[in-house]
Order: sequence, then structure tokens, then C-alpha cells
Amino acid sequence: MGNYLLRRLIVAVPSLLGISLILFVLLALAPGDPFGELATNPNVPPEVREALRIKFGMNDPVLLRYVHWLVAMFQGDWGFSFASRVNVDTLILQRIPTTLYVVGTAQILALAVALPVGVLAARRPYSIFDQIANTFAFIGFSLPTFFTGLLLILIFSVNLGWLPFVYRADLQATGWQWWWESIKQAIMPITVLGLYQAASYTRYVRSAVLDVIKLDYVTTARAKGLDERKVIVKHVVRNALIPVVTLVALQMPTVFGGAIVTEQIFRIPGIGSLLISAILANDTPVIMAVTFVFACLVVLFNLIADILYGWLDPRISFR
Amino acid sequence: MNERDLRSQIADVKAGRLSRREFVQRMIAVGLTAPMAGAMLSYSGAAVAADAIPYKPTKAGGGGPLKLLLWQAPTLLNPHFAIGTKDQEASRLFYEPLAGWDKEGNLVPILAAEIPSKENGGLAADGMSVTWKLKKGVKWHDGKPFTADDVIFNWEYANNPETSAVSIGSYKNVKSIEKIDDLTVKLVFPQPTPFWADAFVASFGCIIPKHHFADYIGAKSREAPANLKPVGTGPYMFVDFKPGDTVAGKRFPDYHVPTQPYFDTVEIKGGGDAVSAARAVLQTGEYDYAYNLQVEDEILTKLEAGGQGKTELTLTGNIEYIGLNVTDPNVEVDGERASLKTKHPLFSDPEVRRAINLLIDRASVQKFIYGRAGVATPNFLNNPERYRSKNNSFEFSIEKANQILDAAGWKKGASGIREKDGKPLKFVFQTSINGPRQKNQAIIKQACQKAGIDVELKSVVASVFFSSDVANPDTYTHFYCDMQMYQTTMPQADPQFFMNQFTSWECATKENKWQGRNVCRWQNNDYDETYKLAQSELDPVKRAALFIKLNDLVVRDNYVLPEINRLNAIGVKNGMVLYKSGWDNDLAFIASWYRAS
Repeated sequence: MGNYLLRRLIVAVPSLLGISLILFVLLALAPGDPFGELATNPNVPPEVREALRIKFGMNDPVLLRYVHWLVAMFQGDWGFSFASRVNVDTLILQRIPTTLYVVGTAQILALAVALPVGVLAARRPYSIFDQIANTFAFIGFSLPTFFTGLLLILIFSVNLGWLPFVYRADLQATGWQWWWESIKQAIMPITVLGLYQAASYTRYVRSAVLDVIKLDYVTTARAKGLDERKVIVKHVVRNALIPVVTLVALQMPTVFGGAIVTEQIFRIPGIGSLLISAILANDTPVIMAVTFVFACLVVLFNLIADILYGWLDPRISFR
Repeated sequence: MNERDLRSQIADVKAGRLSRREFVQRMIAVGLTAPMAGAMLSYSGAAVAADAIPYKPTKAGGGGPLKLLLWQAPTLLNPHFAIGTKDQEASRLFYEPLAGWDKEGNLVPILAAEIPSKENGGLAADGMSVTWKLKKGVKWHDGKPFTADDVIFNWEYANNPETSAVSIGSYKNVKSIEKIDDLTVKLVFPQPTPFWADAFVASFGCIIPKHHFADYIGAKSREAPANLKPVGTGPYMFVDFKPGDTVAGKRFPDYHVPTQPYFDTVEIKGGGDAVSAARAVLQTGEYDYAYNLQVEDEILTKLEAGGQGKTELTLTGNIEYIGLNVTDPNVEVDGERASLKTKHPLFSDPEVRRAINLLIDRASVQKFIYGRAGVATPNFLNNPERYRSKNNSFEFSIEKANQILDAAGWKKGASGIREKDGKPLKFVFQTSINGPRQKNQAIIKQACQKAGIDVELKSVVASVFFSSDVANPDTYTHFYCDMQMYQTTMPQADPQFFMNQFTSWECATKENKWQGRNVCRWQNNDYDETYKLAQSELDPVKRAALFIKLNDLVVRDNYVLPEINRLNAIGVKNGMVLYKSGWDNDLAFIASWYRAS
């Protein structure tokens, strides 16, 4: 297995290099620059914008800039944001906790809903429970998060006035008050994201379980007189989890990458909103760093999924 | 309005027949900025001290938290690096200039002990220097005293091109600074400078401490730790900053105005969009203030029905205007489109330009698009009032436009489009993507159609349109089409920088990488000469008359068609009392904000 891991990691290097080159060139070709806002301010002489471009190396040839970036990256220097002149790693680290809290909790909520509902629905297909679950799942993933987000805001913030709709990373309260407020402000975004995810997971779990539940070995297990719960948990769910693990593992990068739309609606200072504002401001180093981290996570979680397969089903060996 | 009118009005003010405020408002009506009007009065010896900024609380503190919502999040806290208003506003919590501008465009001393004038010996008669006296007993947040050395340091810092300070424009016109004593500095200009109140005044005038930045001047400017942890003289001390998200501060107990500020803590939250920011203040009352509500008036009115807050509007000089291309965007000369060597084939006929001006339904645009937040205007220079020309008016008449075009020999062809010498009246009209702008474009297109002019609408994403990207032909400074519309801002109360955008040396060309500010490429010798006169004219009355003339010269040639003078709309929660001037940052006087009980 050590060998296998090593091989996979070595293969990942050229693909990450390729990804970074494509990203960099695309960003360099994109129009606009981070100092656009200075353009309409008559007090700022145009030479200043030009000087800033030169100073930040934006007038160099693309490949040269890419090499600079790559070399710096290898030395652990992620560069600094053109817009805020803060180091990019500081900027990202500042936002990771919020993203993990909100998006991570939402994923846990999604799994906590999807697993039991999916399994129960598959156990008795086309029963009333299955039909209701299916309908909700269908509605759930048809409604985009910006719609449900606004709907919740209108109901719970504007009409009822129960929950705040501006998420604050710097709550000033302490002790229990702090806990209470951080939970209160996270309820809406977590619900929106969690239920959206839960809807698609439910469909996946249901169909995976349906595939397995009809197989001969399950019938055999039942015929042996095993307890129904044991059959489901030990024989059915374990095997049905393989496709679900793939799905969840590939979703993990988005947990770190944040939920762009939801973060924007609720003003959550997460990675997603960092990426959006960096794109709007043409802040290349930040976009580069965030998307590159994203690419690394995808590669990493693919690997983790492959390893999990082997654990769930020893027949899938590492070669 | 000419010089004689102005003089008689000033005489009226002196004699008490006309109130100072009334005078300033009249001046704004003729296209001057309020600060210019103030300067005019003070130069003519009719100066009264600026009205005190209203403030009721009798002691500092006790006001609890102040929550501000800026939907564009602040990304940095050094005023010399501020990329947009958002950064200037956030820096203003911690840093202060020597003086700021009030509503009427008068200078209000902040770190200065008094405003320099001829009477107190601050202003040299020849306009070559100005002497600022600093307020006594001002402390930095870390307890060190604020002195003349700090002021001089800021000039050195911003003036060094290696620092890449965006404020360099305000400081490079100062030749040298002399330290008279610890609390007095003398600025020396290379030429007579009527607008001396630029360096050290308002947003780019904010002063940073020498003892924290001295080691980070020039190329190392980015590395200063204080860039992220400001130490200033302002009413609030730094607590926390997350770029692109929040800025937090707490009351500075040693603030140089003993009864200020009222609030104990301050928090700026950023991000999101203008509509939801308006909602958080006007409808749910979660926040005390939201800035720059570029939201259609109809929506604002609906949100105000929530009863938690209201919209406040402030005059500015910002102008939404339509520019007609003077040069030909479709012909290439020496590898350059819209070259100064060409002339626009259709707009070179003044009657066509006149007709188009008549086809802009300014009144409807104001009524149906901008509502309370915009005033239809024929002038480019609208505010402060003392610079606003009264000589112009606008009219919307499809009938007249038709008559003019008929008379000029533009005949309607088979398709209903007018043409002359085989050239049809067809234009490409571009602007940035933005709800009100697209509606505005549609209104103009419709009217043009009725007059036999075919207008093709084009809209460009704002981040591209307003970028300085040399390689992109769609930026507004390239102006590779026939007409374009956008808003140009007037951040200062003095129109000198504002009006330089029509001088011939500012034309945006390939040579200056389209960095020039004269985007329509309109050129006029009379304008250039008048501008140069205004630049060094010390008598504010004469100077105002010159600016009014400049406005009239541009506007009457019909290449530049002003449309809407935009007001600045902010959301304010009920009970908040805040002083805000259209000539300075929203947060310029935040020390005086309070909540009425």
C-alpha cells in the first residue's frame, strides 16, 4: 500500500502543475486589473496605476510571471493580495475556521439526514415514506440556494425577526452568550446548505441501497434468520456505501472551498466569498491560491476515496 | 453668472443681505463646489468660521456599539493605499487629516488648530505658501505626541514614487515643507496655488505616524505592520481587522475632543450587496448605517416602509453623462483607433450633436430611474453651488430634433434612418452593465429611433469597462465606439482636478496607454487657456467665474452631454444623528455621531 500511495502522489505532481499553468494563463488573459477603481478617481494620477502595475509585476510576460509564482510557491511563499496587500496565506487562514464551521456542519447535517432517510426509503420502495422522501428530495435539489436563502431571510429575519441575516465573525459577546449568538446566526446558512446537500445525497443513498438489497447474499442472510437490523447495517449498508463514499469524498473540497452563493447571501466571511471578491477585484494571487488549494484537495480526496474503497470492500486491492 | 454678479452677491453676504448658506447654495446651483464657495467668501473677507458640527452628548463614551455596514468590504487600512471609497472610509476611523470639508464646502479644522486664512497669516498673499498651525495636545493611540514631524513625514512618504501611494497626486504639487516649530508647518508651492487645501486635507490628507512608518518608506511600504494595525489620532483605536470582512475599533480615551466620541465600540461589516445592506438598516434595523445605497429609489421607499430607518441624501458633484466621440473609432491611423488625427464622420456636424442632446429625456430618467437620488442637469460641473452655471438649460423634444436634422440635410431613407452623403445616422452606444444604466440606454434609443437615428446598444461588464487594462478595447478610456455613458466622480469640493478632464493634454491616446482622463478627446484652445488661468488664479471669485466658463465651453459644444447629477444615498437607523458632508468621506466626522435617546 505504501508503494501504491507513493505512486499516486508522484502522478499527482504533473497534473497539479498542469492545472496551475492553465489557471495562471486564464487569469492573465482575463480582462481588468485590481486598480480599476482608481481609474474614476480624478485625484489619482494615471501614472500611479501604471506604477502599481509595474511594481506588482503585472506588465511582465505571462510565462515569466508564472515561473515567479511557481518558484515562490515552492518556497512556501503564496504571494500577497494586490487589493489588501496582505499575505495570501494569512487571508486564507483567517477564513478557514468560518468555512469549516458553516459548510462542515452543513455536510454533517446533510449526511445525518440522508443516510437514515435513504436507507429507510430503499427498504420499502414506493411506500408512502419513500414517496414523501422522494418528493422532498426532488424539491430540495431543484431549489437553488440563493432562492431558499432569500426565502428564509424574508421569513425569519424580516417577518418574524428571530434570526440575524448578517453573519459576524467577530461576535463581541462572551461565554454562553457567544455560543448562543454563533449558533443563531449560523442556523439559516447551515439549514440552506445542509438541506440542499441532503436532498441529493438521499437520492444517491436510496439507489445504492436498492441496488444491493436485491442481491442474493442479502437474501441468504435473511434466510439464515438474521435480525433485519443486522442485515441492513452489516450486509446492505456497508456495501452500498461505496458509491456514496465517492460522492461524499469528492464533495469534501467544497467544504474547504466554501459555498460561494450562500456565503455571499449571508455575508459569511468564508473562502467562497474571498474567492468571489478576489475575482471581482481581479486579485490574481488570491484567485490563484484559492483555486490551486482547491485542485490539491480534489486530488487528495480522490486518493482518500480510493483508500476507503479498499477498507469497505477488501476485494478492491491496491495495485 | 459672471464676475460682476458674483461680486455683488459677495457684497450682499458681507452686508448681511444674503445669508452665507444661501450664497453657497446659489453657487452650487451655478456649478461650483461648496468648498470653492467657502474659499471664495473667505478670500473676499466675508469668512465666518464654519458652522460647528452639531453634537449633543456632554461626555465621551456610553453610547454602546456602533454598527456600520459597507457592502463593499474594506480591504486595507492605510489611507495612502486606499483603492476605493471603502478603504478610505475604514481608514477614517483611525486616521485624521488636518482639516475636512463640511456640507457647505468650508474647511473644518480637525488636527489643525485653525484654518489658514489671509487674516491669520496662514495664506501668503502671493499664493506660494500656506502655513498650518497644529492643534495642541493631540496624541497618537500609543500615547506619543502628534507633531510637525509627522506632517512632514507624510509628505515625504506619499511623494516617494517607490511608496506607490495613491495619494501622490495631492502631495507632488507641494515643493517643500518647512518646520517652523513643533506645531507649525509651512507648505511651499512651485507656483501660485489657489487650491492649497489639497495636501493634508480630507481622505488623502489623513496623517500616519512617523514613528510607525519611517522604516517603511519607499519600496518596503507594503511590509509595514501598521498597514494592518493602524495607530492614528482618530476617535477609535484599532482592535481587529479581517480584510474583506470586518474592521473593529474601540473608543480612544485620549481623543483630542474631550467629549467625543459617543460610541464605545465601532464595527464595520463588509460584503454582500447594496439592496440587502439597505434592508439590514431600513427594514430590520440590524445595523446603524449603510453606505452608498445604489439602489433604485422604488426599492428604497419600500424598505423604508419597514419603519426602522430612513434614507439620507447628500449633494455631490458626481455626474452621469453621455460622451460623444470626437474622433473616429472605426478608422485606424498608425495602428490606433479613435486617433486624435481623425474626426468623427457624423458628430463633426454640430447639428447632429444638438439633435442628440434634445433626444435625451433627462426629466424622465430622473423621475423613473434615479428618483430622489439624481437631479437632471444640463451642467457638467454641478456642485458646489458656487461653480454651477446658470447659463444652460436642457430640453427634451423629438420634434425639434427632427426639425434640426431636416434643416441640416439629413434625409430619412427607406428604412426610416436618416442619411446624408451616403452616411446613415447609426451609432454604437456603450455603457457598463448596471440596472439603471441599461434602462437609461433604452430610453435614449427609443427617442433616437423616433428621430430617425439608429442606436445600437452595447453593455460591458463594469470590471472590464472601468479597468485600466491597456490591451482591452472595451474599457471606457479606449472609447472605441460612438457614444458612451458613465458616472464620473468628483471627490473634492474644488473643481480643478475635476475639470482637467477636458484639457487637450489629458486626451486618452495610445501614447499615454489610454491613461489620459479626456476620454471623449474633446479639444478646445479657449478651454485650455481658461483652465490654465483658473489653475493659478488666486482670487476665488474670478476663479469661480473661470470654472463656470469652462463648464459652459464643454457643455455648449454638445460633445459632452451631462444627464444626472447623482446624490449620495445612505441608510440611517432611526435615532442616529450623523453629520455627513458630500465633499468628504461619509465617516469624516464620525467622532460627532451619536444616538438621540
